[in-house]
Amino acid sequence: MTIQFNDETFKDDYTFKNSKEALARFPFPFHEDSYMYSVNLEPHVTSRPGSVYEMGFDVDEHYVSEMRDRAEVLAQDPLRSQSLPHMTLAGWDFLELVMENKSKDYPDLFELHKDGNKWRWINKPLGIDDTFTFLDETTLPYGPLEYIGRQTQGDHVLLDQREDNLWADAGIVTTQADWSLDFDIGMNFFQWHAPVPLAAELGVFKRALKFLMNIQLGAPARRLNWTMTVNPLLDTSPENYAEWGIQKTEITPETIGSKQHLRVELQTLWRLPRSNALVFPIRCYLASFEDIATVPKWGRRLHRVVRDIPDELATYKGFIDNKPLMLDFLSKFDDGLPTSDGIWPDIETEPPLQK
Amino acid sequence: MSAGAEKIAVTVSEKVVLNDLVTRFQFKRTDGGSFPAFSGGAHTVIEMKDGDMTRLNPYSLMSNPLTPEFYEVSIRRDSEGRGGSMFMHDQVNVGDEMVLSYPVNLFSLDLRARKQLLIAGGIGITPFIAQIKQMSLMSGNFELHYSVRTKSLGSYVDDLTDQHPNNVHIYYDDQDQQIELEHLLSGQPLGTHVYVCGPKGMINWVRSTAESLGWPESSIHFEEFLAPQSGKPFSATLAKSNVTVDVGEHESLLEAIERAGVDAPYLCRGGACGQCETRVIEHDGDIKHHDHWLEDEERACGDKIMPCVSRFEGKTLVLDR
Amino acid sequence: MSNFEFPSSIVSRPVYGTFEARPGHSHLFIADAEGAAAILDFAGSNQSVMATSHIIYIPKDCGDKYVKQLEALNASQLYVGPTYPAAMSRINHVLANAHMGIQIYLSGTEGLMSETRTAAMAAGASLDSIQLEHRGSLSRRMQCVHCKGITEDVITDPYVCSHCGLNLFVRDHYSERLGVFQGVRVDAEDHGNVPDAVELYK
Repeated sequence: MTIQFNDETFKDDYTFKNSKEALARFPFPFHEDSYMYSVNLEPHVTSRPGSVYEMGFDVDEHYVSEMRDRAEVLAQDPLRSQSLPHMTLAGWDFLELVMENKSKDYPDLFELHKDGNKWRWINKPLGIDDTFTFLDETTLPYGPLEYIGRQTQGDHVLLDQREDNLWADAGIVTTQADWSLDFDIGMNFFQWHAPVPLAAELGVFKRALKFLMNIQLGAPARRLNWTMTVNPLLDTSPENYAEWGIQKTEITPETIGSKQHLRVELQTLWRLPRSNALVFPIRCYLASFEDIATVPKWGRRLHRVVRDIPDELATYKGFIDNKPLMLDFLSKFDDGLPTSDGIWPDIETEPPLQK
Repeated sequence: MSAGAEKIAVTVSEKVVLNDLVTRFQFKRTDGGSFPAFSGGAHTVIEMKDGDMTRLNPYSLMSNPLTPEFYEVSIRRDSEGRGGSMFMHDQVNVGDEMVLSYPVNLFSLDLRARKQLLIAGGIGITPFIAQIKQMSLMSGNFELHYSVRTKSLGSYVDDLTDQHPNNVHIYYDDQDQQIELEHLLSGQPLGTHVYVCGPKGMINWVRSTAESLGWPESSIHFEEFLAPQSGKPFSATLAKSNVTVDVGEHESLLEAIERAGVDAPYLCRGGACGQCETRVIEHDGDIKHHDHWLEDEERACGDKIMPCVSRFEGKTLVLDR
Repeated sequence: MSNFEFPSSIVSRPVYGTFEARPGHSHLFIADAEGAAAILDFAGSNQSVMATSHIIYIPKDCGDKYVKQLEALNASQLYVGPTYPAAMSRINHVLANAHMGIQIYLSGTEGLMSETRTAAMAAGASLDSIQLEHRGSLSRRMQCVHCKGITEDVITDPYVCSHCGLNLFVRDHYSERLGVFQGVRVDAEDHGNVPDAVELYK
């Protein structure tokens, strides 16, 4: 498998674009025509060749450009990567997990050669060829979490498990949906979810926490989450909200199709062996409304979801002000026909748009 | 989600009798591969095929956790128990093939601790052996206080004192040596965590002494695996699966459910983790709760049972399984 | 307003209780301003604890109001200092030499409780060995998410960051580690449109 990596940007001139192939494998997050919180966790088993579920750590055409974007964000604000002192071992666990998965799943792109604790890691797309000693921080240019986080798409949070709770005690976070690692680091599961409306009342967090604490080695779990972003901006951080918040007001009926993006997070959770911590990779996929609408099922469904979502959620996800504009655009792609169950595009079997 | 959704086929590679009570077993992967690393304090569940009965017993892993080439457990012969340890001692030999679960840790170190204070009694030493290996490799600050009956029954006493002469303190019951617990706990610097594994009485002693000295709950850790108890045979109806299982005298309800081919979740198989909690739809009789998971109100309510350790005496028991 | 009950809007908000007696061989009290009253109330029914207590008190605008009464408690050690920074080296010294079993009691303003709790945790104390009792000013300690500067004694929403000057609203999100609520630019989507400030808890 050879991937053609894009040369693109996620800020300023926003040259990010999905190829046809990338759109076909976009993880559309709605399995039915409406949306409400649920503990929608399932085993992260490799499945459906070509989909984002095929590999443990998906690598796609945006890889090289996303990693460049991350390096730029970290240069500007180093606090996006932090690890409390007791999390170093978990960082090594995570480094090993990524290196083993990527070298197995993408042998033409990544190689890992072990000679006892002397490891050689080759990352061809990023031009890296490093030899280091496993579990010895002095042999890497960064801590283990940051080292591998700079080479792995998605944000990564390490969760320490103790006192019947999970604690977000380390992370590398530059593609987040409006939350701050620098502020949230050290929080437990309930504290860092405090700003999320409705879910606590639904008991979602208690059930989710119980599930997560029982995740076992070799049996990772996953879920999809989503929000809306104007422009394909990966770094929608609270730190930079003063800059990107204004962009939400600059959208017009002419530009909404190309500028408004559905932002999907493929969240996975893995038990780490030596630290007994969990790693929580949050991988962001972006697709413009006009690209999504080329898939008839997704066009119909996205309209219905946005139309029927409770105001609290639209507010929390930050698109309540643009909701009328979105519906004007999306209604053109909803002909009222029923849709098939599940998230997959079903291009072959779903009827084309009837208007 | 069952413990060891992931399993490992192994071959017994060593069987070493340590003393009259304890035997160590070493396992290598049958496929020659390497084992997953684990965290000190983790256990594995060993599948024991004893005739037409399958027992699944948890044992603490005591090999090097960070880069394990093999897994090791030490098993104390328990002639009063349901026979799992006797089976291992008497019938399992080098070359036998067995199945282990992936490691699960319900007794892990709090890695924030400034100092780890480990208190072991008897066979309770096993999780600490892996933790000490982990801390030695990560330059962790620890102190072990290990109480054994006699010199000859002191498993691993010599290894531990040779390797860590300044950190290990041994107490012999037959010489009337006892851990000076109040003194020990009072002198610990802020940020110390205490861990205890051993007989129930010892665990309670350490917990209550630490609490009475003002130690916060989050700094007190204990491993209390209950072996499933034998008891009178009984029957249970599994409503969803539409089968009735007969639970034998030396069998747990969970094992009987599994024997009937019904998939049931579990992790610790010792009444501690809550994973196997099952709803009781109907019962006419007494549920014998042996776990330490359910709250008193939940027991009084009678609508939940932990089938890994708890039993039933009476006419009918219908479960939501 | 000595025992103001904060609205219980979020899970991450700190929970302020009333000091309760706990076993322990030593007891460390750190208070500012009206926080002294929490110590006095507690000592009223737990006089025996005072023999193993160390009280560190920063009167702020309370002046001498409580000093005599604190002296009368006959604590094993009493320190009255002018400011928190002045008391800091003493506090850190006490924590660095503390043993397991110490009980820590923090009372007064949110700012004092936050700073001292952070210091205690940095010294290895766990959260469940620290009790908080809020007394006095309802002001907040806020961190600007943009410039990271912490503004003390915030009493309005929105407020102006004392470091970068942005107008910030108070997000219902609290960090125990930093002891601050999060302040986020209020006019990010409409620069210059800043709503009128309202007093917190009115």
